[in-house]
Amino acid sequence: MTPVQAVIAKELRGYFVSPIVYVVGTVFLLIFGFLSYLYVVFAGAQAIQLMQMQGGPAQINLNDLVFRNLFASMRFVLLIILPILTMRLFAEERKLRTFEFLMTSPIGIHEIVIGKFVSILLIYLGLLGITGLVPTVLMLFSDFDWNPILTGYLGMALLGALFLAVGLFASALTENQIVAAFVGFGILLTFWLISGLGALLGDTAAGRIISYVSFMEHYDRLVRGLIDTSDLVYFCSGLILMLFLTHRVVESTRWK
Amino acid sequence: MIEVQNITKRYGHHTAIDRVTFSVAKGEVLAFLGPNGAGKTTTMRILTCFMPATEGTVRVAGFDCADQPIEVKRRIGYLPETPPVYQELTVTEYLTFVGRLRGMGGRNLTSALDQSIGRLELGSVRHRLIGNLSRGYRQRVGLAQALLHDPPVLILDEPTIGLDPKQIIEIRELIKSLAGSHSVILSTHILPEATAVCQRVVIISAGRIVAEDSPEQLSARLRQSEKISLTLKTPSAACEAKLHEIPGILNIFPGEGTGTFLIECALGRDLRDEIARVAVSNHWGLLELRTVSMTLEDVFLRLTRHEDGLPQQVDGAAAIPREDAQAAQEAAP
Repeated sequence: MTPVQAVIAKELRGYFVSPIVYVVGTVFLLIFGFLSYLYVVFAGAQAIQLMQMQGGPAQINLNDLVFRNLFASMRFVLLIILPILTMRLFAEERKLRTFEFLMTSPIGIHEIVIGKFVSILLIYLGLLGITGLVPTVLMLFSDFDWNPILTGYLGMALLGALFLAVGLFASALTENQIVAAFVGFGILLTFWLISGLGALLGDTAAGRIISYVSFMEHYDRLVRGLIDTSDLVYFCSGLILMLFLTHRVVESTRWK
Repeated sequence: MIEVQNITKRYGHHTAIDRVTFSVAKGEVLAFLGPNGAGKTTTMRILTCFMPATEGTVRVAGFDCADQPIEVKRRIGYLPETPPVYQELTVTEYLTFVGRLRGMGGRNLTSALDQSIGRLELGSVRHRLIGNLSRGYRQRVGLAQALLHDPPVLILDEPTIGLDPKQIIEIRELIKSLAGSHSVILSTHILPEATAVCQRVVIISAGRIVAEDSPEQLSARLRQSEKISLTLKTPSAACEAKLHEIPGILNIFPGEGTGTFLIECALGRDLRDEIARVAVSNHWGLLELRTVSMTLEDVFLRLTRHEDGLPQQVDGAAAIPREDAQAAQEAAP
């Protein structure tokens, strides 16, 4: 087992003995399930209306009525929930004075950062996997196109990974977990809200830059079923940038 | 094994340690003493590559802390002030994690694990969560962590804090047993501990080294007079006057308890036999007569007492600067 794998194993163990994963995971799955239910009921109501108007069986599009709405709503849920999952990663090490131990172990800072990130990413992907039950069950009762759903899941995975990296960065800034969660939440909310500013500025250079920086349009394209290289580049470069910044913050604590 | 050359650490305008130089030979146990805020922990953090020094170089086992930190870290076992334990792990899980971080695995790790658990008598708690263990056990888990990979260099920040007296003795024995094969730096507030386990003592005050020697040498060097404690069964008013007649006696103070005197004599003179003769011939009832040596506490207090923020210089034979003191001592008859 390499040192990175050791860090991953230890973090996973730490998550599963603490209540945080169970609480946050339950809330996440409940919200996902509840939203799915709401959109399905809403789609059903629309189908009934259509049937009454047309007087025959109506064809409704589950992709548009259920999944696009569901994935769009999940942005906000992830934004609130993921910083709570990541808040302990570095803050707790500092609080419990194990940070010094990690930093004096013969392991590079990048290995610590990657180990911690991968551990929480695995947990997130596990939760995301469980939500796959919703489209699987719906498939039994209706007909829809799987491709936009798969790209939607890709979008949720990439968006979640980016959010987790932001949360990890926030956790490295402080030894207070609550502060870490709020800082992470604040950064993510800012990147959400600037998309509105981008829309306001319209098709100007500043508007285009701001819209590009916000994760909204990149995620929306994936949810609509479009895989654009520029969106993948956006998520990957954002992820790498956040991990790099985390590395710098952790490194800088040595100088303080 | 450890060479520290002129290291200085500044935080903004505050100088935490100032041109600290010392070295530790292979197999030597060195005590690092100093009042709170003297720079002990800062020095240890620099030695363990946790933070870089502003100036100066540190070499551990031939590797430079600035250039090859990973190599240095591999060769150090470090116990910080607070034992660095993860409360959600069991003792075995924690030590396994520590071993893997240090690149150990397989049978190698299992035997190292068993050895350090045995050494620190953690067998009965090995499957318990560290969060449920007492302070003393956590301290021992922290020590087990430092010893796990059998490093040539051990840096221990107050290793016996939180332990009960029996455990303190055991840990001291353990540290003593490490001498010879390991180089150990031990910071402590408990001065008898330094006397008990260390061959050499470094006293640091306000970021500077104010003394460096064996505990015996330090007390000998700082002694300005010989002190003798005398206890008499039937002391009379004439006692002090009679004792003052003995040539070489400088001062007589009343000691602790009735009939006890603290007699100060000129440096280098042992007047015990003469005092005994006077006491016996005058039928004072001699109960006890012994020399009072300077304890490390005295040395420590003398060297770290501050006036105007500077360590106090003690007479001509002061420990600062060390070279001068040594020369003075050698020149003395």
